Amino acid sequence: MSVTATELDHHDDHDHKPSGFLDRWLFSTNHKDIGTLYLVFSLVMFLIGGSMAMIIRAELFQPGLQLVQPDFFNQMTTMHALVMIFGAVMPAFVGLANWMIPMMIGAPDMALPRMNNWSFWLLPFAFAMLLSTLFMDSGAPAAGWTLYPPLSLQGGNSFAFVIFAIHLMGISSIMGAINIIATILNMRAPGMNLLKMPLFVWTWLITAFLLIAVMPVLAGAVTMLLTDKFFATSFFNAAGGGDPVMFQHIFWFFGHPEVYIMILPAFGIVSEIIPTFARKPLFGYVSMVYATASIAFLSFIVWAHHMFTVGMPLGGELYFMYATMLIAVPTGVKVFNWVSTMWRGAMTFETPMLWALAFVILFTIGGFSGLMLAIVPADFQYHDTYFVVAHFHYVLVTGAIFAIIAGVYYWLPKWTGNMYNETWAKIHFWWSVISVNVLFFPQHFLGLAGMPRRIPDYSVQFTEFNQWSSIGGFAFGLAQVFFAIILIHACYYSKKKAAAQSWEGAKGLEWTIPSPAPHHTFSTPPKINKDQLAAGHLD
Amino acid sequence: MQQRSNKRTLATLVLVAFGMFGFGFAMVPLYDVFCEITGLNGKTGGRVAATEFNSEVDENRLITVQFDTAVDSGLPWDFEAEKLSMKVRPGELAEAYFTAKNQLSEPVVGHAVPSVAPSVASLYFAKTECFCFTQQTLAGNEEKEMPVRFMVSPDLPENVKVLTLSYRFYRSAGAEVAGAEDKSKDISEVSSDGTG
Ligand SMILES: [Cu+2]
Repeated sequence: MSVTATELDHHDDHDHKPSGFLDRWLFSTNHKDIGTLYLVFSLVMFLIGGSMAMIIRAELFQPGLQLVQPDFFNQMTTMHALVMIFGAVMPAFVGLANWMIPMMIGAPDMALPRMNNWSFWLLPFAFAMLLSTLFMDSGAPAAGWTLYPPLSLQGGNSFAFVIFAIHLMGISSIMGAINIIATILNMRAPGMNLLKMPLFVWTWLITAFLLIAVMPVLAGAVTMLLTDKFFATSFFNAAGGGDPVMFQHIFWFFGHPEVYIMILPAFGIVSEIIPTFARKPLFGYVSMVYATASIAFLSFIVWAHHMFTVGMPLGGELYFMYATMLIAVPTGVKVFNWVSTMWRGAMTFETPMLWALAFVILFTIGGFSGLMLAIVPADFQYHDTYFVVAHFHYVLVTGAIFAIIAGVYYWLPKWTGNMYNETWAKIHFWWSVISVNVLFFPQHFLGLAGMPRRIPDYSVQFTEFNQWSSIGGFAFGLAQVFFAIILIHACYYSKKKAAAQSWEGAKGLEWTIPSPAPHHTFSTPPKINKDQLAAGHLD
Repeated sequence: MQQRSNKRTLATLVLVAFGMFGFGFAMVPLYDVFCEITGLNGKTGGRVAATEFNSEVDENRLITVQFDTAVDSGLPWDFEAEKLSMKVRPGELAEAYFTAKNQLSEPVVGHAVPSVAPSVASLYFAKTECFCFTQQTLAGNEEKEMPVRFMVSPDLPENVKVLTLSYRFYRSAGAEVAGAEDKSKDISEVSSDGTG
């Protein structure tokens, strides 16, 4: 697995940025440019998926039907989820991986640069197909992002576009994951052994294995939906001897690891940021690695906790309940380590740190509501209510998205060479963190009181909490438009230049190269100096 | 060397990805086998010959069997159990009747899919005769009485005192009225055959 220095720069055909726009972006094989493409794509999808959420919250501002038809409302909930999961969160993490992993392990580029280009450029086509269903006669998918049959098969023929879009997204993620694994295993600079890697690299390595293991299973599941709908097979059709519940088993075999695909890299980002601003090495580095690996392993054997109410023998319900609760142990280890890292640290609260702290607190709230949902008898009450909606938005918005935003603020100086406006960024933070709680916290109460999810109407007693939630939603949505403005300002108009080591306490190879990072870095592998590494304090 | 190890990693991982795609499909037969062993999906299986039974009647237990009926929206029939429930002794051969009525004035072919709840009981529920073994054709406006003959095994776990036999009738896709009987074999094949 060791790497020889002289053979590293075979892939790079040019030393300078390609000049033409198409050459630079469409045919790009440069990990930094592809990382930028992923991140910009993700931001666009985040705003599109966010507008769908605004439609949902506007309709839910009052009981009764005001703005949209129920079927369109269901299209919005379904598309919001698909766009946010596959279009915003996952590409953002792949973008961060593209930008940061080679720079963190001292590699000149990703291992398979041309495949890298392909994995990105599949995405715009996939989402053009997915979003085009909104304009088709039979409309966008409306049966929920989980695509449960028989309901998902009762829509129109636009369903075929949805399936093929998911296939493309799957191929894109699998290729991205293969590239990341090959880069981490084969391209590390001499002396960068596995237990010296930054935790972001570790979490991505494990995430990439999860992706390769489960994205093909999703592809198989939706292929079966496709043949059930268009080619008269009966995988999930009870009339033909199939079983719709089987879809749920196959889907959640993918679906549960998928939720860790969306959170493990977030753990990695936060584990980079907290030591920097606490000016202390990460507490319990090795236990962090093992905790991540155990979470990944456990994620394969807990899927049926999404199906407690579907009908399962008592033994099955008990097993899935206890196995699910077991995940709280490695997750607790992580939260403990983050807190211990800050303990007696010389902390400062620049914007990336604020987002990381909010992540630790709010993600933990989401984790706790997850534990509540894992309790079988309680889940019978919570299932398919707004409590579930509150739970997964705490782990995905204040978890995954907050970590992504933290990472963007943290590494933006490295990418652009400019500092963002700290005052604006702090306003963005406080605005978001207050509004996101106004948005999602009342949904816990709505769910406990029995408001079902995915329904455009509700009983009048739910009105007040829904209005709180909607107001929080509009404020949070607007805050992210402000975020886009902050980013554009930082990229093009900011006068404040960033130093190579943009943050005082930052460790890791990425801070040893100039800001902005030159188009090609580490064409000759760096000498690893233990003191420069985030995890270098080990031995 | 670097190039070569990248290619090897690529090849290995592509294989793994294809393997997992195959695994997704392998979950279909695996699920069927798993359900057959555990009764997980409540499928009750096909015809069981009367001689295969443990027919030692257990005089000490009385099991309530409830009947549940449903008709898929695509089938213009009424379908009901004549009695909503009955009590049987384990090991005893019992008989229940259902009636189906065609609301249309032309012949329609349908078939029924049975299941048992709680699902574990499906392992101890056997049918010797059932309208669900073949497709059923009802002439225009015809009403038909349809029997099912079944037995609950004396090995049924002690804690199961009530079980529900549920039927859902579906329109048989593409079935011609004349050829309906020929298709009967297909139906018993699609439902798993592992009942005890
Ligand atoms: Cu799960």
